[in-house]
Amino acid sequence: MQGVVERESFLSEHSMVEIAREIEIPAADVYGTATFYSFLETKPTGKFIIRVCKTITCAMKGKTQVLFAIQDMLKIKMGDTTPDKRFTLLETNCLGWCHKAPAMLVNDDVYTELTPEKVRDILTKYMDKNGNFHN
Amino acid sequence: MANSHQLKRVDFIFRNENDWEKILSNTIKKKPEELVNELMSSELKGRGGAGFPTGLKWKFTAEAKSEKKYVICNADEGEPGTFKDREILSRVPYKVLTAMAVCGYVTGANEGFIYLRGEYKFLQPELKKAIDEFEYYCNEIEFDFKISVFMGSGAYICGEETALMESMEGKRGEPRNKPPFPSESGYLGKPTVINNVETLVHTFTIFKYGAKKFYDLGVQYSRGTKLFSVSGDTPKPGIYELELGMSLQDFVYEFGDGDTKSVQVGGASGFLVPRKKFKDAAIGFKGKLRGISLPTGGSMMLFNSSRSMFNVLDNYLEFFREESCGQCTPCRVGCQQLLLGIKAVKRGDKPAAYLDKLIRLTETMQYTAKCGLGQSVANSFSSIVENFREEMIY
Repeated sequence: MQGVVERESFLSEHSMVEIAREIEIPAADVYGTATFYSFLETKPTGKFIIRVCKTITCAMKGKTQVLFAIQDMLKIKMGDTTPDKRFTLLETNCLGWCHKAPAMLVNDDVYTELTPEKVRDILTKYMDKNGNFHN
Repeated sequence: MANSHQLKRVDFIFRNENDWEKILSNTIKKKPEELVNELMSSELKGRGGAGFPTGLKWKFTAEAKSEKKYVICNADEGEPGTFKDREILSRVPYKVLTAMAVCGYVTGANEGFIYLRGEYKFLQPELKKAIDEFEYYCNEIEFDFKISVFMGSGAYICGEETALMESMEGKRGEPRNKPPFPSESGYLGKPTVINNVETLVHTFTIFKYGAKKFYDLGVQYSRGTKLFSVSGDTPKPGIYELELGMSLQDFVYEFGDGDTKSVQVGGASGFLVPRKKFKDAAIGFKGKLRGISLPTGGSMMLFNSSRSMFNVLDNYLEFFREESCGQCTPCRVGCQQLLLGIKAVKRGDKPAAYLDKLIRLTETMQYTAKCGLGQSVANSFSSIVENFREEMIY
């Protein structure tokens, strides 16, 4: 399943049924396992998944401002994907960077000691990388 | 500040040593029983937080009869406020690998896994390189041990040893009933040693310098050193290796910002200690003669007087509610009700006495929940509510 997520960024109903058939277990078991893990998405996501840490230290050190900056820039709400299918914004539990809070993941890359300014720069880079618009 | 002399800094874990090849080849010349005895006499206890004697763990697995056995390194570090394991794996991976191989030698396992949490995926390439080099050397000295990396997928509960094994078998990461313990029936039903990353590095230190050196550090029942992940309201957040048994007061002298109101020891599943109790609290495993002793996985979060303890507790409960695997009712429903409960009290919908009811609920959870997650919610909940009751209500 991790392989499917790596290639297709999420587990579609179709691929879950296929997995179940392949290893001869009920599809419900596959679905149950997939939904258990927060890194196995069962809904379509954008190309870049932004996961902002919301656990205590990050919350104390200005996570909310960072989140506002992202929402403002991408014009999406928590849990949403941008219309161009580029970014999905999610919150997540402790990422293990409490000494450099606040922190976020963009796919597998870690960014720490975020500020609203810094996060704008980072996202702009992700837009540039793919020849997308930038403000 | 004054009095910080009691805090004993040590440097074993991150000491730059390039002699792992020598240590490995020398150690596996000794008898397995000898090595187990060495570990037992060092009194090393598991560094993941639970504190089970490591020597015993290895001994049980060594004594279990099976063709196939496994060694697992638990790197699913998810407790809020800990980040030491990542640092170990990125700075001294060879020590971990060597310790795993020695463990394999002692217990009769020839296969090892590192269960790495999904959030640390960026470590994987470096780690794989280290493993390749390590296995190359093992081949050279004709020592049969293979290590692979298994990636987690973002679930706090998978740090619980049996949940981790379920997860490795490709299932939902739900804890199993114990007994049987992993030393009898672990991964794929085979005897398995599962140790925290830091524990393994300590065994490396012990095999290199001898048990005595380790035993001489720390205090009775809590021997040796420990890595502390310091975060929150502190001028110097980071990772520090300190001797066990220090008083919390000394810790705060060293790391506080001068306005420390309370310290959360052991992450969200640990205890919150308010300022007036700093003097009586010592960091180490249970069994000290006087004062409060606080076991810890190494997470130390400091809060200063600008923080609302209600928000802190609210954040923890939110965390537990999401990370509860949902398998057993006390934990699944309990976490939800606790969160609803404190919010109702705050809003004024419930009287202050309702807090006592909630504390009784956490006590019930402590007895009836299946694994450490549900059982330990009581720790932070009651220590925060009892010490900062006013902040919960007004």
